[in-house]
Amino acid sequence: MGGRDATMVLLDENGIRCDGRKIDEPRKIMIRAGGLKNADGSAYIEFGDNKILVGVFGPRDVHPKHMSNTDTGILRVRYHMEPFSVDERKRPAPSRREIEISKVIKEALEPAVMLEKFPRTAVDVFIEVLQADGGTRCAALTAASVALADAGIPMRDMVAAIASGKVADTIVLDVNNEEDQAGQADMPIGYMPSLKKITLLQLDGVLTPEEYKKCVDVGVKGCEVVYELQKKALHDKYFGNSGD
Amino acid sequence: MADKRKYVIPGDVITSGPFRPEQNVILEGNDIIATAVGISEIYDDSVKVIPLTGKYLPKINDLVIGKVVSHTSLSWELDINSCYTGFLPAMDVFGRDFSTHADELSSKLKTGDLVAARIANFDRTRDPLITISDRDLGKIDDGVLVKISTSKVPRLIGKKGSMIQMIETGTNAAVTIGQNGWVVVSCESAEGLSKAKKAIEMVNEKAHIANLTDLIKDMLDGKDES
Repeated sequence: MGGRDATMVLLDENGIRCDGRKIDEPRKIMIRAGGLKNADGSAYIEFGDNKILVGVFGPRDVHPKHMSNTDTGILRVRYHMEPFSVDERKRPAPSRREIEISKVIKEALEPAVMLEKFPRTAVDVFIEVLQADGGTRCAALTAASVALADAGIPMRDMVAAIASGKVADTIVLDVNNEEDQAGQADMPIGYMPSLKKITLLQLDGVLTPEEYKKCVDVGVKGCEVVYELQKKALHDKYFGNSGD
Repeated sequence: MADKRKYVIPGDVITSGPFRPEQNVILEGNDIIATAVGISEIYDDSVKVIPLTGKYLPKINDLVIGKVVSHTSLSWELDINSCYTGFLPAMDVFGRDFSTHADELSSKLKTGDLVAARIANFDRTRDPLITISDRDLGKIDDGVLVKISTSKVPRLIGKKGSMIQMIETGTNAAVTIGQNGWVVVSCESAEGLSKAKKAIEMVNEKAHIANLTDLIKDMLDGKDES
């Protein structure tokens, strides 16, 4: 690992990070449920400088037919980054990384959605990253859960996700792009707060067992913050601003 | 009766204790957890959530409006606004003495026809079986199809049919509501038709408003005077 930009201070002596946040402070998060008319469910998330739009279709007929499963419905996820989502134009064809993230998000959502109620059908989740700034898989997973709930797919719980990591020998919450590039570890976590179950856990970097435990704890706490915002987004759409 | 109505989101713990989980809830340990966005209702011994979103899932004995999409020599296929296609066997229409060469299916129902039908049977393994051999069922000859959200059908019907009765008497229109969110309105006067259509669309858009009944009543009355 190691820093590429030696002049950048990732963490100053007062515990303030390169973008002015404290070590346990997530970026500014805004989630909106709905917004797309033609999709059965949709959500939009702004997670710091990440901007992601998610559309959900289904349950609907499976095409091609041989993919369908007579015991349960199937979940299909496409994660895609727009060519203009990063500094240098990204080729629009699905890259190795996008295919992997699609699979990872699909597997993180599967424990939450109750597709066994819809055998022989498919639920399609389309994730479009409009602007990327580190931690898109977590933001995408968070938005996808809201979009699935908006589409009325039965779910055991919503999956909230956030990344924790190790930057300048300190465990921090919500790693941004600079910290991801120059930091020592990055750990995206997907968590179902009501069921207290982790559905996504990846780790890029090296941590001691103590650091690992702390990293998971910090991430889970962060997910609970994200979860409240997911709930608020759905409350705003369906029950006005009343909440309860 | 129902008490403690609450707005819930998937994952919300509605209550805990010895309750029977019904629609859209699961039992996790000792907690009853919602699985859909909706309104929770706690009864004496059971808990359920009335969903506010989602597609139509066929239920046995539901009245639905279907649209014929195609037919084989033995059956019709109906679009019932669900993830499954409705299956209407020819025997149901022609009777027991139906024979594949003597009877032509398109003579009774053509592609694009609307039918009022009932879900005769549905399980997880096969497409829903549909019947039209009952009173008030069968091909719909005239009327306008209005599509509303499935989750708003109970609101359109109202308590003991109050909402739909009001619309029908207010406009002199006949309204057939399918549980799948498709509604057929027919009326002798064009004015009544458009008014009934407007009222149904209003219910669809403003289903969450508390005094919707008054609002619809005002709309129906207001037009009468002008």
